[in-house]
Amino acid sequence: MSERTYLRDGPDLTGAALHDKLARTWGDRPGFWGWAASVDHKSIGRRYLVTAFVFLALGGALALAMRLQLSGPQKALIGPDRYNQIFTMHGTTMMFLFAVPVMDAVAIYLLPLMLGTRNLAFPRLNAFSWWMYVAGGSMLWIAFVLNAGPDAGWFSYVPLAGPEFSPGKRVDFWAQMVTFTEVAALAVAVSITATILKARAPGMTLARMPVFAWSMLVVSLMVIFSMPSIALTSAMLMADRMVGTQFFNPYEYGDALLWQHLFWFFGHPEVYIIFLPATGFVSEIVQVFTGRQVFGHTAVVLSLVATGLLAFGLWVHHMFATGLPRMGYAFYTAASMAVAVPSGIQIFCWIATIWTGRPRYRLPMLWVVGFIVTFVAGGLTGVMLASVPLDLQVHDTYFVVAHFHYVLIGGAVFPLLGAVVYWFPKFTGRMMDERWGKLAFWIALPAFHLTFFPMHYLGIMGMPRRVYTYPAGMGWDTLNLISSIGAFLFAGGVLVFVGNALWSLKRGEAAPADPWAAHGLEWTTSSPPAPYNFAHIPVVTSATPLWDPERPVTRGLRVEDREVLLTTVFEARPDLREPSPMPTLWPMIAALATTVLFVCSIFTPWAIVIGSVPVGVALIAWFWPKDRGPEGEPVVD
Amino acid sequence: MSLPCRVSLLPLAALTLLAACGRETRDFSNRMMDSPHRGAKFSGNAWRISNGARLFVWMNCAGCHSHGGGGIGPPLMDAKWRYGSSMADVAYTILNGRPGGMPAFRGKITEDQAWELAAYVRSMSARTRRDALSGRADEPANVEPLPLEKRRRARAVTPEQDAAQKESSKIEGTGP
Amino acid sequence: MRRGAVLLVMALGGCSALYGPQSSAMGQGMESAHIGNLFDLFLWVTVPIYLGVMVFLALAMRRRQARVQGAARPEQEAGWRLGLVLFAVTSALILFGLSVATWFTDRTIARAGAGPALSVEVIGHQWWWEVRYHDPVAGRELRTANELVIPAGATVKVSLSSPDVIHSLWIPNLAGKQDLIPGRTSDVVLKVPKPGEFRAQCAEFCGLQHAQMALPVSVRAPGDFAKWYNAGLATPPVPGGGPEFAGYSLFTGRQCASCHNIAGTPASGQVAPDLTHFGSRTTIASGVLPNTAASLDRWIADPQRVKPGTQMPQVPLSPEERAAVVAYLESLK
Repeated sequence: MSERTYLRDGPDLTGAALHDKLARTWGDRPGFWGWAASVDHKSIGRRYLVTAFVFLALGGALALAMRLQLSGPQKALIGPDRYNQIFTMHGTTMMFLFAVPVMDAVAIYLLPLMLGTRNLAFPRLNAFSWWMYVAGGSMLWIAFVLNAGPDAGWFSYVPLAGPEFSPGKRVDFWAQMVTFTEVAALAVAVSITATILKARAPGMTLARMPVFAWSMLVVSLMVIFSMPSIALTSAMLMADRMVGTQFFNPYEYGDALLWQHLFWFFGHPEVYIIFLPATGFVSEIVQVFTGRQVFGHTAVVLSLVATGLLAFGLWVHHMFATGLPRMGYAFYTAASMAVAVPSGIQIFCWIATIWTGRPRYRLPMLWVVGFIVTFVAGGLTGVMLASVPLDLQVHDTYFVVAHFHYVLIGGAVFPLLGAVVYWFPKFTGRMMDERWGKLAFWIALPAFHLTFFPMHYLGIMGMPRRVYTYPAGMGWDTLNLISSIGAFLFAGGVLVFVGNALWSLKRGEAAPADPWAAHGLEWTTSSPPAPYNFAHIPVVTSATPLWDPERPVTRGLRVEDREVLLTTVFEARPDLREPSPMPTLWPMIAALATTVLFVCSIFTPWAIVIGSVPVGVALIAWFWPKDRGPEGEPVVD
Repeated sequence: MSLPCRVSLLPLAALTLLAACGRETRDFSNRMMDSPHRGAKFSGNAWRISNGARLFVWMNCAGCHSHGGGGIGPPLMDAKWRYGSSMADVAYTILNGRPGGMPAFRGKITEDQAWELAAYVRSMSARTRRDALSGRADEPANVEPLPLEKRRRARAVTPEQDAAQKESSKIEGTGP
Repeated sequence: MRRGAVLLVMALGGCSALYGPQSSAMGQGMESAHIGNLFDLFLWVTVPIYLGVMVFLALAMRRRQARVQGAARPEQEAGWRLGLVLFAVTSALILFGLSVATWFTDRTIARAGAGPALSVEVIGHQWWWEVRYHDPVAGRELRTANELVIPAGATVKVSLSSPDVIHSLWIPNLAGKQDLIPGRTSDVVLKVPKPGEFRAQCAEFCGLQHAQMALPVSVRAPGDFAKWYNAGLATPPVPGGGPEFAGYSLFTGRQCASCHNIAGTPASGQVAPDLTHFGSRTTIASGVLPNTAASLDRWIADPQRVKPGTQMPQVPLSPEERAAVVAYLESLK
């Protein structure tokens, strides 16, 4: 093979000339097809973010509809059939189509920037995952608009969700949407795990890695272990409904409780999959706005890992009322309480960081404070729910609804909003307006508590969940009305936030590379980053690179081909050069083929046979080896 | 398949979804009964078919027709229809009875219940849109189902079998 | 439960429903009383913890340290590290204590429920409750629907099952909830010292009318209970004449008899609520309407309007026929 000489980002090629060449190599073609073929993690991360927030808006609208119907007793705004679809769609949209994808979105955008590399580990898989996510979410919402939305609850218990008691295709759309989103989430998880373990900048040992990257590593491994359970389970449900299997039919030696075990084995880790990235956001924000590294860095990281591991041993606490043996339940009570300890440790560390640092109360920090105030309350009601006898009273009541909104909105959405404000300059090149942002915060936080605090009482006072109406004279009217008013105010606060974001996109103050005096690698890139992220891959010598006096870089990566530097897992010594894929439409085409296969298989099993042909063709074209020149050149320090 | 062809499949998929309206309606005010197209409306509606399946067990149609295979009464799963297989025919059969032994259920069930039964009966021979059919029933047997704990031996079908099994399990010591 | 909940409630303006017939705060049964005490304990532990964390946060936010970016003084760091360890150990111990308290409560409830008991079977259907009382006398069984009447002071073991989907029986004033799962039987033990009227509700989403699947629970003095029970075992006589007889003829001759059962009449349907002593029940359609002639007429005229999705069809009856049927049913005491 003839030796080709490659242009490299060496000492003789720097500055504007280097930028031009790199931008051409790593940039996307303009226009729709350029966008559709992009494998740039920033483009895909932005898409994920926008899509997730669209679903947040849709799910939020459903919540307002529910609160309107429940604002008074025996209201006739929404009948039982439509209401059951609405609450199912609300939960499903928020859990599957918003919460997990939005955390993935931020991770996809930020991780290569934080870790000092140019793209994620499997860029085409990443692109494929977004198309699958959009397809699944769209399928579900189109079905809902056409009166075929699922109506058996977001966890779809059998036998209610089985063929006899859920006629039609409603639950099938739910089950297939789960398949779409599980494929997407697994794809992202694989990509993120590989990126974190192998693509960090030289010198970024695991100990020097940002806490957010740690949280995404733990979360991605959790996804890989838990999502196959739900993918299998939803497939079993579809098989029961469509081809006559008896997995969940108690009258033919199946078991209705099997569904609950398999679902919650995924379902419980799922909520930590949503929560742990948010703790990563909080760590990052707290560090920057107190001017010091987070107190107890080791403890925080170990808490993340401990939470991730413990989360797999808790699922039966969703089944305390099902009549399983009480001694078994005692184990799950203990485990469910134990999982509060690592979270408590993290809270202690954050407050200690604030105490011993120099806090600046810019907008992201406000959201962090809102998070602490709210999440701790939700965690404590969780401790109550962990106790079997208490749970037997408040399970499936509005007390549980209050608890999980406290931990999900307080524990995940508030840090997310803080993270959006914090990283907005990096993503868009503009600052969000601070005053409108503070207004949004001061509307949303009290309104949240106004909405959800009364629900604790409603649950204790006997109001069950998932009811489309309640009788007059139960004493529930006032609290429900207060809750509904709060819900609309909260929506107002969120609207102000979103409006601020949209306005700031066009008219916000221009942002420098590092507007917050932060310390992570992502703040060395421009705002927004160039397509190639870093002109030279940085070398890291501490956990706070931007606060170090010197910032060395590596040289020698190819400039006219896409190439990333892989390092060893623990010490992050340079290990391999890895070619990175060029833009391609095949992930989109493969996703389209898979979508057709999945959607048509709701109507006929033959779709699996016939549909696998185009999928196979697309995958073969995608993976067809490309001549990229000799790979695996020796890496020279 | 090239991209344009694949894109054109999306409208097809959308059309299938659009057909959801007829299949998925839950009609609590019985507007379907007053419609001149009620035959099509009932027979293609998954909720009506499901109600019919429930009534089939409740009214013990299985007592003569088994679960479609027939016994005393003719099979309902096959293509032979003595008295016509349209929705109106089957509903008439159910309400008014037929010579040969089909009793009249008029006055024992309401008219819309008879139409739901007709929709279900026709679905047994797949005489309706495929996407409204259910994959299976949750209860295929003709006897009161036993809870899991009581089911440590094969199910008895008649009371005599049940008594015989109880006897034998007392001897073996494996009874409940 | 009462003490802690009342304190919080008074702090926030009061909610009368805490004292209502469907409230877990009252602890009027053995199990709910123990659970109430445990809840009080949890409240007394968790609320101070929350306030403590908030105070910690507030103090942290008020401090402005002149500190060099990056590192804190080593000895201060060591102090904080000790604090972290203490915090972790203390929280683990507290949680362990709460787990032990939980275990003791569970054990107390299980022990209190042991012993000879009146045996009742509750079978959940979409969207009504079937109730059967097992009598020690062979061949005798009191069957009723949409009402649960138990004697005060006695141990009542309610076994739970369902032939269709998962339901959950929740009588908040008396006990925790238990699911009714197809293919399994479970049970809940009720032990109520004083008579009272309560309201239970299905607490596991079971379809269209999950929201309106309530169960009136009546705890009566032993003498009253025995009177009710014996009246329940008796077969009501066929009415002699008048509108009740017309109603009886209509009931047994029309669609009603296909689904409902009234002892002593040809109406022996097994798939809908038993109506043998319907006249003495407090509600119609499992807690949806009060049992009055006007409500019953409204229910029979158009069940779907009251409870959309219910499996009771709209039976074609003229208003006079309906009035006769109502008169008959209300006469079944």
